[in-house]
Amino acid sequence: MAKERKGIEVSLAIAEAVGQADCDLISAYPITPQTHIVEHLSEMVADAHLDAEFVPVESEHSAMSVCCGAAAVGARTFTSTSSQGLALMAEIFFIASAMRLPVVMALANRSLSAPLSIWNDHSDTMMVRDGGWIHVFVENGQEAYDHVFWAFRVAEDPAVRLPVALNIDGFIMTHMIEPVDFEDDELIKRYIPEFRMEKPLHPDNPVSMGCFAMPEIYSEAQMTRERALVDSYATCVKAWEEWAAVTGRQYHPVETYRADDAEYCIVTMGSLGETAMAAVDELREQGEKVGVIKIRLWRPFPFDDLYRAAAGKHTLIVLDRAISFGGPGGPVALELRSALCNSPQAPVVVNYVAGLASRDVTVEDFKAIILGGKAKSAEGDVAGFTFYGLRG
Amino acid sequence: MARPMDEIRWQDLEIGAAVSEHGSSSEYKTGTWRSLRPVVDKDQCIRCGVCWLYCPDVAIKQSEDGYFEADLEYCKGCGICARECPVGCISVVIEEF
Repeated sequence: MAKERKGIEVSLAIAEAVGQADCDLISAYPITPQTHIVEHLSEMVADAHLDAEFVPVESEHSAMSVCCGAAAVGARTFTSTSSQGLALMAEIFFIASAMRLPVVMALANRSLSAPLSIWNDHSDTMMVRDGGWIHVFVENGQEAYDHVFWAFRVAEDPAVRLPVALNIDGFIMTHMIEPVDFEDDELIKRYIPEFRMEKPLHPDNPVSMGCFAMPEIYSEAQMTRERALVDSYATCVKAWEEWAAVTGRQYHPVETYRADDAEYCIVTMGSLGETAMAAVDELREQGEKVGVIKIRLWRPFPFDDLYRAAAGKHTLIVLDRAISFGGPGGPVALELRSALCNSPQAPVVVNYVAGLASRDVTVEDFKAIILGGKAKSAEGDVAGFTFYGLRG
Repeated sequence: MARPMDEIRWQDLEIGAAVSEHGSSSEYKTGTWRSLRPVVDKDQCIRCGVCWLYCPDVAIKQSEDGYFEADLEYCKGCGICARECPVGCISVVIEEF
């Protein structure tokens, strides 16, 4: 494929990117809203546009198991799922990171049942927050396309060797037709070196993976996971810099918009960041000193980037798209409160939960949330969270 | 020979806690789990090896005289050998450590 701008459904752009990345194996089970991604990949394989194994399976549990087996022999491996599929996959999800298998997954974020919902929020990904994977969130089709390559580049780096979840908002992104700048195959080939597994499963050099561990060694094994994920930060940033050098599109672990002199910042993850920017533009016209902080890298959590972005802010208004039931609020606010609680002059954190199951969060809603958060901060009403737009 | 587990630091582990040194499970001494101990009556034993075949922990060894005996470093005392012995020459007794 040559460098070209196309109007394309984001799911298809992701599938095309997986093809350009010369993926060796795709295994998946169809589930809304992820389906178009693997459907298109199966067509690409069937039409011989992509020389890969496409393994249709009977469940997501098997999809991730197949991916783990393939990655263990050194294959470049991709899958995609959503919501209930991720829940069914969860057992192997944790094993993939523990065994340091660089599977790349497009996670088309969708609400968890019940009640049954096919729409978008972050409850599925938050369920596996502690699964030891690298998690990145993207905001539009271009970012989704770019991050497929970034995900393979980071996951397979010998210094990292971890699975990567590429979080894309279901429907809001997966089913949109957007302009996407495609890069040419040669550039992609240079950006992602061939995957060379240090010690693959091979009969010539037998190795046991996923062994039993006694209490004497389990903690040490978990420490290697923790350190690998924390240390992967450097490669995440390096891979973004390398991407910027060849495409001009630069990404950061935490990104800000009109935040330099802002006193109040709305914090978002994923596609709602663009709506938040529009709301901030309107509030700026009314003289409000507001900005946006967007968290792109969720795991490993970019503490220092957050501290820099939050420095000097009076209040952070965190928009969560999931609930930690019975806990202190949404997962993002929980994380920020924990990260900031011991820093001097830490900003106040006010938490709203909104946009569950794709309920619209419009520019007007964002303005109400930002101004509402400002008022709550002034009143000292900052504990827990507020369910925005809830009837009753 | 594999190192004992309690001497391994986290930095010593292979990527993904994989194990490329074979036989490390021999360092895992399961004999302390035992509450029952198999005892072989050699007068009755026909040295058929059925106990050796059935032992789920490969803890039964054949000695030079052809008789079979449990390696008590690994034998968990499950009693399968006693149950399967065709001549009933293995009894289980309460283990006292």
